[in-house]
Amino acid sequence: MSELLLPPEHRYAKIIKERSNEDGSELSILNLGPTHPATHGIFQNILLMDGERILDAEPTIGYIHRAFEKIAENRPFYQITPLTDRMNYCSSPINNMGWWMTLEKLLNIEVPKRAQYLRVIVMELARITDHLICNSILGVDTGAYSGFLYVFQFREKVYEIYEEICGARLTTNMGRIGGFERDWSPKAFELLNTFLEEFPVAWKEFENLFERNRIFIDRTVNVGAISAEKAMAYGFTGPNLRAAGIDYDVRVAQPYSSYEDFDFKIPVGKSGDTYDRFCVRNAEVWESLSIIRQALDKMPEGNEYHAEVPDYYLPPKEDVYHNMESLIYHFKIVMGEVPVPVAEIYHPVEGGNGEIGFYLVTDGSRTPYRLHFRRPCFIYYQAYPEMIKGALLSDAIVILSSLNVIAGELDA
Amino acid sequence: MSTSKVKMVAPPEGVVGEGFFATKLNDVVGLARANSLWPLPFATSCCGIEFMATMASHYDLARFGSERVSFSPRQADMLLVMGTISKKMAPILRQVYEQMSEPRWVIAVGACASSGGIFDTYSVLQGIDKVIPVDIYVPGCPPRPEQIVDGVMKLQELVKSESVRRRSSPEYQELLASYNIK
Amino acid sequence: MALENTAIQEKLVETFAGDVFNFQEERDIFSFEINAKNNTAIILFLKNDPELRFHFLTDLCGIHYPDNPIDRQFAVVYHLHNWYENKRIRIKAFLNGENPEIKTVSNIFLTANWMERETYDFFGVNFIGHPQLKRILNMDEMVSFPMRKEFPMEDGGRTDKDDRFFGRTIDNC
Repeated sequence: MSELLLPPEHRYAKIIKERSNEDGSELSILNLGPTHPATHGIFQNILLMDGERILDAEPTIGYIHRAFEKIAENRPFYQITPLTDRMNYCSSPINNMGWWMTLEKLLNIEVPKRAQYLRVIVMELARITDHLICNSILGVDTGAYSGFLYVFQFREKVYEIYEEICGARLTTNMGRIGGFERDWSPKAFELLNTFLEEFPVAWKEFENLFERNRIFIDRTVNVGAISAEKAMAYGFTGPNLRAAGIDYDVRVAQPYSSYEDFDFKIPVGKSGDTYDRFCVRNAEVWESLSIIRQALDKMPEGNEYHAEVPDYYLPPKEDVYHNMESLIYHFKIVMGEVPVPVAEIYHPVEGGNGEIGFYLVTDGSRTPYRLHFRRPCFIYYQAYPEMIKGALLSDAIVILSSLNVIAGELDA
Repeated sequence: MSTSKVKMVAPPEGVVGEGFFATKLNDVVGLARANSLWPLPFATSCCGIEFMATMASHYDLARFGSERVSFSPRQADMLLVMGTISKKMAPILRQVYEQMSEPRWVIAVGACASSGGIFDTYSVLQGIDKVIPVDIYVPGCPPRPEQIVDGVMKLQELVKSESVRRRSSPEYQELLASYNIK
Repeated sequence: MALENTAIQEKLVETFAGDVFNFQEERDIFSFEINAKNNTAIILFLKNDPELRFHFLTDLCGIHYPDNPIDRQFAVVYHLHNWYENKRIRIKAFLNGENPEIKTVSNIFLTANWMERETYDFFGVNFIGHPQLKRILNMDEMVSFPMRKEFPMEDGGRTDKDDRFFGRTIDNC
């Protein structure tokens, strides 16, 4: 059977030959993925097993490689958000805002405070949905389906807010250079306030269901632990790094979009195991809720929702029909005749899974010369084989869920 | 009489008499099949997340007899392909399809599965109908859960009216042969 | 005490003289070029020096410049980050266009392993000493390197899309 999976010269073959046990049992090879239902995404691992225990793993990725970076080189700057949307589709507004901020850094655009606060709100909502998916799926993998069914109702509530803001649910394509495409309607704020009232109750219940649950603790404590040094060497960022005890957060280290105005804690874990990752994400949801409340409280008066940058921000359609100047700007933007500085920009944002970086090289034309995404999932997934060595097969699934590897971000 | 909103599936056309009901075998089998379609979610990317919403409490695909998500191709009736299928993935999709037992139906959920979507690149398969036959296409990038449910309902219509002999018909064999499926 | 650009520059020039050059503050990142032959020594120095402490490799990627002279057609870009001082730097190493090769840093930063594989996959940059330099995202059978500028984005074998009907010509798409 193993010959089907691996060529005979593969390193596993040698290990199996050397390590035949005295009682006649032998090591086996198990192919997990790429469409295994338990892996929530397209990951293939060829495991070398001693009974239920994993001795070695060999990951194969690239099963949904969609060539984002190649497409980006052929797209005008303002058409790249559909790509960033589909990169980490659990928290796409963060990616979108990150991309607009990269462009604003390139073009030296100052975004009005109110638009920045609106961005903070939408990014924190995205973080909540991201962590909500990760933690509820972790619950499903440890046998608690009800938690998933319960909190997923609230993800729908967040999607209703997104719909009110931009019209789309999952892949939002939200924002424009300098702010948002339109002002938030009163309905959006209304929905947001209802969410802020209802969601904490449900999230508290969800937390209670797991936090001191014997079965959950047995399944997760000391499972897939990674030390802080190792995590750093593997390039971990975001909740997975913080679970190992390092309080690195881009929102604090390099505040963007006025994050410095808000008061929030960076939750950290100790051992970097699955349980800590769960708790860190839980705690981050509470912090996100607090940031949203603060942003709503501090929201400047007025209805400014974008910067006054006619060179890059499309004028309203009515003006295009009736106003010569608007027509010219419209034409210039759409035909890509606005000059763009030649520069190299790196802009990091704290995504759902860690530092999402946009490395943009421009050559003055309307498309990026090179756009590289620093994708946190791609970077930390390489530690997965090491994390599951010595674990049971069922633990490997739990570890994968707790890392929250998003296939779209992994494969670009 | 009853205020319950529960609607039973209407019986097929037939002759009702005292203590008996006579109808065509085709219709009975179609009715049974259509209301117990076991889905095999082949979720690769964004559309898979929307499928999760479809399965979850708010939209609840279970209402359509698809409560049991069958992750084993052998016990599944309806293959839902959700998300981008790259050229690296195509042989695997095909293998999964080949492992399903007849009768089997395929729904291509989302623009990527239907046509490659926005990813017109060297690495992406431009629509899964290049490798397996597809019954229903659901547009959208990603489609809303309502659209996915609509796709499933459309498929139910298709299944209801399908002849029990279709799978052994020469046309069907020809279709499979054109995809080089044994 | 923040880590100043000039301090980094002085230290590097003192140790590596002509192998580090073209220092500039580009927007918010201090960046410079290095001689590709000496990349591991420079990066190891940046990582281990008690004052510099650039201990975190944020990103590694390649760029293709087909219009440059032959010995500067590829670039490998490293983004390093010092979390103690919260200082980022960008390092660029230009490589030969015909035979792009550079020493691996995967033994300095574990995380570079897959990043280098990705760069190899996209650009065909040969990382000397890499433990497992093979394709990662694309299929193993692929022969060309898709992120090179001459490689077309779209699949050439499409039959369903006739450009004449979409008003597309080579120049406007």
